[in-house]
Amino acid sequence: MTLTTPANSPDARIGQVRDTPEVAVGEIDPRIDLTHGTESQWQLIRRRFSKHRLAVVSLWILSLFVFVAIFAGFVAPNDPGNVKARYTYAPPQALHFIDKTDEGWSFRPYVYGYTVEIEPEALRRTFVIDEDKKIYLTFFKRSWEYKLFGLIPTDIHLIGPERSRDPFYLFGADRLGRDMFSRLVYGTQISLSVGLVGVIMSLVLGVIIGGAAGYFGGWFDAVTQRAIEFLRSLPTIPLWMGLAAAMPSDWSPLQTYFAITLILSFLGWTELARVVRGRFLALNGEDYVAAARYDGCSHLRVIVRHMVPAFTSHIITAASLAVPAMILAETALSFLGLGLQAPVISWGVLLQEAQNIRTLATAPWLLLPGAAIVIAVLAMNFIGDGLRDAADPYAK
Amino acid sequence: MTAQTGKTVLEVRGLSVAFPGRKGETTAISNVSFDLKLGQTTCFVGESGSGKSVTARAVLNIVEPAVIKAGAINLVDVEAGQRIELSGLNPDGAEIRAVRGARIAMIFQEPMSSLSPVHTIGEQIIEAILLHQDVDTATARDRAIEALRAVQIKNPEEAIDRYPFEYSGGMRQRAMIAMALGCEPDILIADEPTTALDVTTQAEILRLLKGLQESHGMAVMFITHDMGVVAEIADQVVVMLHGSVVETGEVDQVFHAPAHAYTKKLLKASMGLDEAAHGRAGVASGEVLIETHNLSLSFPSKKKLLRKPGSGVQALDEVSVELRRGEILGIVGESGSGKTTLARVLMGRFRPQVGQAIYHTRDGVAKDLTDPATFRDGQVYREMRMIFQDPYGSLNPRMTVQQIIGEPLLVNGLLKGAALRDRVGELLERVGLPASAMERYPHAFSGGQRQRIGIARAIALDPRVIIADEATSALDGSIRAQILDLLLDLRTELDLSILFIAHDIGVVRYFCDRVAVMHKGRVVETGTAVQICDAPQDPYTQRLISAVPIPDPRKRHLVA
Repeated sequence: MTLTTPANSPDARIGQVRDTPEVAVGEIDPRIDLTHGTESQWQLIRRRFSKHRLAVVSLWILSLFVFVAIFAGFVAPNDPGNVKARYTYAPPQALHFIDKTDEGWSFRPYVYGYTVEIEPEALRRTFVIDEDKKIYLTFFKRSWEYKLFGLIPTDIHLIGPERSRDPFYLFGADRLGRDMFSRLVYGTQISLSVGLVGVIMSLVLGVIIGGAAGYFGGWFDAVTQRAIEFLRSLPTIPLWMGLAAAMPSDWSPLQTYFAITLILSFLGWTELARVVRGRFLALNGEDYVAAARYDGCSHLRVIVRHMVPAFTSHIITAASLAVPAMILAETALSFLGLGLQAPVISWGVLLQEAQNIRTLATAPWLLLPGAAIVIAVLAMNFIGDGLRDAADPYAK
Repeated sequence: MTAQTGKTVLEVRGLSVAFPGRKGETTAISNVSFDLKLGQTTCFVGESGSGKSVTARAVLNIVEPAVIKAGAINLVDVEAGQRIELSGLNPDGAEIRAVRGARIAMIFQEPMSSLSPVHTIGEQIIEAILLHQDVDTATARDRAIEALRAVQIKNPEEAIDRYPFEYSGGMRQRAMIAMALGCEPDILIADEPTTALDVTTQAEILRLLKGLQESHGMAVMFITHDMGVVAEIADQVVVMLHGSVVETGEVDQVFHAPAHAYTKKLLKASMGLDEAAHGRAGVASGEVLIETHNLSLSFPSKKKLLRKPGSGVQALDEVSVELRRGEILGIVGESGSGKTTLARVLMGRFRPQVGQAIYHTRDGVAKDLTDPATFRDGQVYREMRMIFQDPYGSLNPRMTVQQIIGEPLLVNGLLKGAALRDRVGELLERVGLPASAMERYPHAFSGGQRQRIGIARAIALDPRVIIADEATSALDGSIRAQILDLLLDLRTELDLSILFIAHDIGVVRYFCDRVAVMHKGRVVETGTAVQICDAPQDPYTQRLISAVPIPDPRKRHLVA
């Protein structure tokens, strides 16, 4: 340490007040505790997020959904498009794990089979669970073929009946005897990906447009703000209907899928652009951003190194709250028959089946996709809330 | 004065308050005892976090979310001879509410946020009167007008129907006092009532409070961190440290025969007009580094759609100053005087409409700071660096100290890798922090430590000029003194010139060689620090200097 007091009288130096809460000139504070304060922003966010119990539970639930979506073919026991007229509106089977036989107890999952009875007057077929017919299940069962990640052909499934011909309907069957559980699993894949892809597209648009508006201001800001206000004043459902109606009917399901996500993000970016613009405006006034400019940083470095890290957490929060809105929008469009079309399966497409009250009365399990939507949307909202609370660096 | 003067109206004994937390409770104050006497002012001093405000709130039993753990607060009705114990009352109950406002009134530091912006001043005073006195609205209005007249607000009949935003800071604080005095309380609690005000306004408010105290004969509990204010108005002084009372006594005894070491420290760190200059002047040479010529800048009022722009604000009016090599030039003025605008013009953030600001670089080239090309050049701002006022906002919370201090070195391509790390460690030690602090993030440091980090960043590029915009005004007394001494050391060691913007005359006298006084955008007087403080020439400077409280009760001049 070269920093010692010069020759003048020490009494004239008002700073020579010792053992105050701060260290005096030229001394190094021995009380600085080196075990704290080394956590980065992300570590702090993670720690605070982990204290938000509801958000953590939601994160696990969402992870399960994502797992199911990625490994849809592996999770689904039946081919979701496989029509079996015999099992039209078959009710859900309960899953049993412990097999109680005369020899004793054993771990062997099974479901009970069905007996079909035909009511003589109405000629209506009803399914009765037949407790005498046990359908044993095996793990990693080889049955129908699918492509893992759309690439690797395989035929291994998490669970399936020992004999492939036996019925196995955990969530029941629909009008055409297709397995609701497998269809829900595949619907998860489409619905979640529509939400994610849509949000990523809106994010790119929103960050670029909102960022430019906030950082440079001026006429560009004025124009984009008015454009956003105009877009947000349009009633969404009629607008989507118009855009969806404009789609050529001979498009393949894949093309419609991309067109729908594009339509959804066409409005979704406005919200994110506003968030980004607001953050840029707020940060422009921060002293540390001014300090970065005086340090000689270029515009790009000020933005990328000093400003963007300050609001990535906000962006993630805004995005995680935008995903459920996207999913709901897709569901609404598909439910109205304007969005995705069969044979593509999404939660909205599945709910189309539940439009008829009479079929609902006989097969209430057709509403299960609705439950999936509620759970997914709630989970994502809770995660968004948890992130928002955790992201504020000075929050208590 | 009434006949009751000197009688004890409030007795606090062994008061302890704690904040309950998940990991046990945090003690805010422990075992605090004091008396308040009618007609006398008791000042509570201590640095931030010492428990002064908590004590005041405990008297009114509004400490939520904390709880009063122990102790007694006895409110004495001197005329009736009755006593009420306040700490045991339900904080939301009717009994304590009858005390609050009526017998004990409180005024706060921030007059803007303690007045409701959507109600007129009158409505708010009348409400307070109606709550505690059995009168009709018309009488209450008359009393409110009288109260405003008593706090010396001009045209109280008109002013009563104005909104808080139409009042200046000093007028708002007067209105708060009027509201507090509306019910003629026995005790007035004033929690840093003048801290947010300019020094001349502070002097007026202190004078007003003293006069009102004499006419009403009430006890005043005055909380402040400014020893100058204490010396001016206190009868008794209570010194607090870490939630405990370390010294109580008559003001003269506390100032001239302090018993506790901490009181001595506070007194030493308090800076008033009597403060000796640092005694190291004379290093300045004749070489001029920055000179401004007739800088004028007016902010036009905002352009509105379909509306003509108004006249705007004249922030700088023909400002000519010069900063010489090796000197510390103080720019002093009250809020709105244009001193920060001047700093921003020099730092290239604002462009003046008229005038020039010339910087002479190390290579002897004259650069015009008002030219945007100079800002893009970069060379100038490697030699001219800035220290900010807010130690919290000026450090990026998402970067480590190493990244923060190393940023200017890195972006200017001077150092990287291990060499950068070594240099940052060296800079940290130079400002009095351990080199190992570089791994940490700003949230781990206190205000004074953060300001040291800011200084390390400023000197990283080996600058010639440092512009310090209120660099110490967010800090407590003794920490402020340490930062000033650090800057003085660095000045000699690194051959720095410092442009120091401040509103605190005591700091300026101690720290600066020369001073320029600004008022309404103009430089009204320039001279050496000692000359400006001891023999001010300009009437405004005289007014400013005479309003500065002196931390010595024997030299009272604000309230006689």
